[in-house]
Amino acid sequence: MPTSPSEEQGPYDLAVVGAGPAGLAAAVTAARLGLHVALVDAASRVGGQFYRQPAAGLHARRPEALHHSWSAFARRAAQLDVHTAAGRIRHLAEHHVWAVTGEAGQWAVHAARGPDGSGETVVVRARKVLLATGAYERQLPFPGWTLPGVVGADGAQALLKGALVLPGRRVVVAGSGPLLLAVAGSLAAAGATVPVVVEASGYGGYARRPGVLAANPGKLAEGAVHAAALVRHGIRVRNRSAVTDVHGTTRVEAVTVTRLDEEWRAVPGTGVRIPCDVLAVGHGLLPQVELATGVGCATRRTPDGAHALVVDARQRTTVPGLWSAGETGGVGGAALAFLEGELAARDIGRSGEGAASLARRRDRLRHFGEAMAAAHAPGPAWPEWLRDDTEVCRCEEVTASRVREAVNDLGARDARTVKLLTRAGMGWCQGRMCGPAVACLAGATASPDRRPLACPVALGALAELSDG
Amino acid sequence: MFRSRRSPLGLARATPGAPFDITLDGRPVPAFDGQSVAAALWADGVLSWRTTRGSGKPRGAFCAIGSCYDCLATINSRPNQRACLVPARPGDAVTTQKGHGRADLAV
Repeated sequence: MPTSPSEEQGPYDLAVVGAGPAGLAAAVTAARLGLHVALVDAASRVGGQFYRQPAAGLHARRPEALHHSWSAFARRAAQLDVHTAAGRIRHLAEHHVWAVTGEAGQWAVHAARGPDGSGETVVVRARKVLLATGAYERQLPFPGWTLPGVVGADGAQALLKGALVLPGRRVVVAGSGPLLLAVAGSLAAAGATVPVVVEASGYGGYARRPGVLAANPGKLAEGAVHAAALVRHGIRVRNRSAVTDVHGTTRVEAVTVTRLDEEWRAVPGTGVRIPCDVLAVGHGLLPQVELATGVGCATRRTPDGAHALVVDARQRTTVPGLWSAGETGGVGGAALAFLEGELAARDIGRSGEGAASLARRRDRLRHFGEAMAAAHAPGPAWPEWLRDDTEVCRCEEVTASRVREAVNDLGARDARTVKLLTRAGMGWCQGRMCGPAVACLAGATASPDRRPLACPVALGALAELSDG
Repeated sequence: MFRSRRSPLGLARATPGAPFDITLDGRPVPAFDGQSVAAALWADGVLSWRTTRGSGKPRGAFCAIGSCYDCLATINSRPNQRACLVPARPGDAVTTQKGHGRADLAV
């Protein structure tokens, strides 16, 4: 007879899903306001992707050497320790949340335990829920992107920050968005050679929005820090360019970097071969919204075509009793996430004190985030980089020619139809890597992520749901 | 132990305990406590530990944060584990996973 999933003590006043900047700020603020909080997070230590801490066993005495704005995180992490010791916050580390069910006043947060979520399942009950699940990297396919040694820029950062491992000795960093500068800077500081940062857009887009920049001096300073780090390590930034080919048979040996026009179309005859052993690549971040869409939260399109949650001035989603803070509401960076987490917790704890000034800072940073998204939005001609044999769906090994056949010959007009015809998006990652690309190739706009299960769950755990 | 500042461990002033061994297809690979299986393999210069179901091409970690499932490995005879999330433990036996890793279920 199956046993019921174990219940974490509760119900809590508030369950916070995600312990990055937004979730951490929300948890400590809510606890300060007297709420009993469960902080549910997949990682073993708080910080999320941006403030990923070195594994405890590595005993790093100077983790801040690999980070930017560490003190803002360290202060809140120390507050978390105090609240945890006092029993006001229960930090449920290594809990992979696969679904949120219920309604305002009686939410159930379903999680699978363990470093990879393969352990037992638990239910965390709470009156209110804050989703601070952050973002994941947008990937666009290109010839050679499945060769070992091609790694997500965020993944390269994770190896470095979490495991204190350099992904390679000579690392080309490519794609689009400000994360690339941070990645290149920390890789170089840790001893890697970064021959070039390849940015498909360029930074001209910011200059067209001087008002947004002037209103965000902190962001300008942050940019200056990255720029200074690149100069110090002699790293060149090549704007309006992309990696259009990767060379090597079993691992990366070199990449071809090609100039792009305004629409991200490769300019013929401009390719340059650059030797490297690793390519770290990413095209900005996508809000991780599937837990929220699973309970019916409305989404909006951001200027770069991503789907973010609709939130009001108090960080409420369109579903009563459910708040969102940080990248889930649109990618905007750690400083914005801290602010939004605090604002959400104040609304949940019914404390309006000082909220107006926080909200003004939030709005300024939100505008900056939207401007950044617009400046680095993928250009419409990127699919022309693909060769017929380029795998678009990594899991199911579906090539560009098969996707195009589904669209051109078989009449597919959206990602779902392409999936039914080719299996693109049907594999382990459930379209997380290829979804935006397949939708684009089908001439459709990607629809918001809807996955009934946000991560793999044992069938036994699902069977138990009907009992609860 | 001396470590150059120009290494991640040196930069973060890390003082891990003595490394222990895991194995990849029987060959020893050193790991530190807290590192994932994928991190230990990358640190040793190994970038792939799986071949795909269709064309049998080599794959390793891609997203490296648990989203893409490209890093699936057979660890201690259990297939389809995300090497980027599973912590390395002394004596772990990693074997290159072929296809879906379930040849034992073939009919």
